[in-house]
Amino acid sequence: MGDGVTVSEVDAWFVREVLPLESVLMQFLRRNWSNKSEIADMRQDVYVRVYEAARRQIPQPAKPFVLATARNLMINRVRREQVVSIEAVADLDALGVAADTPGPEAVAIGKDTLRRVQAALDRLPERSREVVVLKQIEELSRQEIAQRMGIGEETVKWHMAKGMRALADMIYGDPGELGRKS
Amino acid sequence: MSGETEVDVLTFGRAEQVEAAASDWLARRVTDNWGEADEAALQAWLSETPAHRIAFLRLEAAWGYTSRLGALRAPRRGLARDAKMSGRVVFRIAAAMVVLALVGLGAGSYFGAPREKIYTTAVGGRETLKLADGSQIELNTDTVLRLVYSRKVRKATLERGEAYFHIAHDAARPFTVRVGQHRVTDLGTKFLVRHAASDTLEVAVTEGLVRLDATEGPAGARSNLLSVGDVAVVTGHNTVVTRKPAQKLAEELGWRHGVLVLDNATLADAAAQFNRYNTRKLVIAPSAARIAIGGTFPTNNIEAFTELAQDVLGLKVKERKDEILILR
Repeated sequence: MGDGVTVSEVDAWFVREVLPLESVLMQFLRRNWSNKSEIADMRQDVYVRVYEAARRQIPQPAKPFVLATARNLMINRVRREQVVSIEAVADLDALGVAADTPGPEAVAIGKDTLRRVQAALDRLPERSREVVVLKQIEELSRQEIAQRMGIGEETVKWHMAKGMRALADMIYGDPGELGRKS
Repeated sequence: MSGETEVDVLTFGRAEQVEAAASDWLARRVTDNWGEADEAALQAWLSETPAHRIAFLRLEAAWGYTSRLGALRAPRRGLARDAKMSGRVVFRIAAAMVVLALVGLGAGSYFGAPREKIYTTAVGGRETLKLADGSQIELNTDTVLRLVYSRKVRKATLERGEAYFHIAHDAARPFTVRVGQHRVTDLGTKFLVRHAASDTLEVAVTEGLVRLDATEGPAGARSNLLSVGDVAVVTGHNTVVTRKPAQKLAEELGWRHGVLVLDNATLADAAAQFNRYNTRKLVIAPSAARIAIGGTFPTNNIEAFTELAQDVLGLKVKERKDEILILR
């Protein structure tokens, strides 16, 4: 395909460098975009653009690139939608500074991981948590989990999928909450 | 008030659908007997768009952290630890490409009439056609599309099924889709055409503008201009145009990511939708037909649906050879 970087290199880079920035990215999007129902889609669009750029050349360092991509996306959307709210314009001006300044809040996923993942697990919906615990800690098969919980195997998978989504959101999207000591 | 209509239909709700599909793949891979065919199917899905790949990578990476939770109990070592490592499968470059490249087709048009090609998908199948001009056509389950593509002509005929058109506009060479006695003409846009039953046609516009013409019927048959959010339903000679909110349209396009999005649908409706994608058919007894459900389901996973009906809704499920009966 004429791409400069292999898929597996980009995948590894993305997991290592970009995903840990998710909480910063989400804060950035939430602070600057008023329609909250669009945030998840915008995050995905940012990720896709960052990933595609990395297929040509891996941007270093990752953080300013990710935030600049988010900023450009917001600007493009405001332009395309043609209805510019005053609030959006004011914030976009401020973005120029925010995107270029590396903040001290860079998240290190490795640190305290176990405690954070444990905290995320505790916050899962009950059935999903049960499925995850039986799978990852008790090491049961799907069939065994189904029997233990008295539900069908497809339902096990359904709860598992739901748990996986929630875990990713908590581990990457909102670690501030998790890292908080009580 | 205009906030809702500004939303880009193509992106709205898309991340959620992609995540639902990605988590279904990952949950299956983690808990199923995962074979080569499964892996090939997953790789094909991953290579469809970077969005699929990224969603999967993200869930997989987060899931990888939970394997460390075993350390909390950790009475078992060695074997168990090794077994867990296999969960972190390294990606391989996808060998399976579901994209049919049509690049270069136009060159053939120098020699006589441009050739027509026929593209089909099986029940449960999905294909993306990429044209040389950058246009894309996504075919949903059980679909037959005939296509003539040349330097002068771009015309498709939807014989059956459903297709989503993302057309690079070219006024000198308008893209037309013929369905029965109607013709849809692209005026710079993305739109969905569904030809479910033999005499009904649905056209939904997610971006730009299209024109819908009747090619036969009463003289001076009406021509309809459809813009973003418009859904035209044609039955026989009658055309009804309504406007749907962005989210509803996005839900109807869930199949592009391999999911069926049900929002407060009755079981009967849900079954009818599932049955488009599966050879084994769901049959809902009248006693259960009007129960309402919602959620995002993989289109090809009828079992997940029936089990939820059983476990969550408390319904009875009777499995037969070619059908699954659900009753109260």
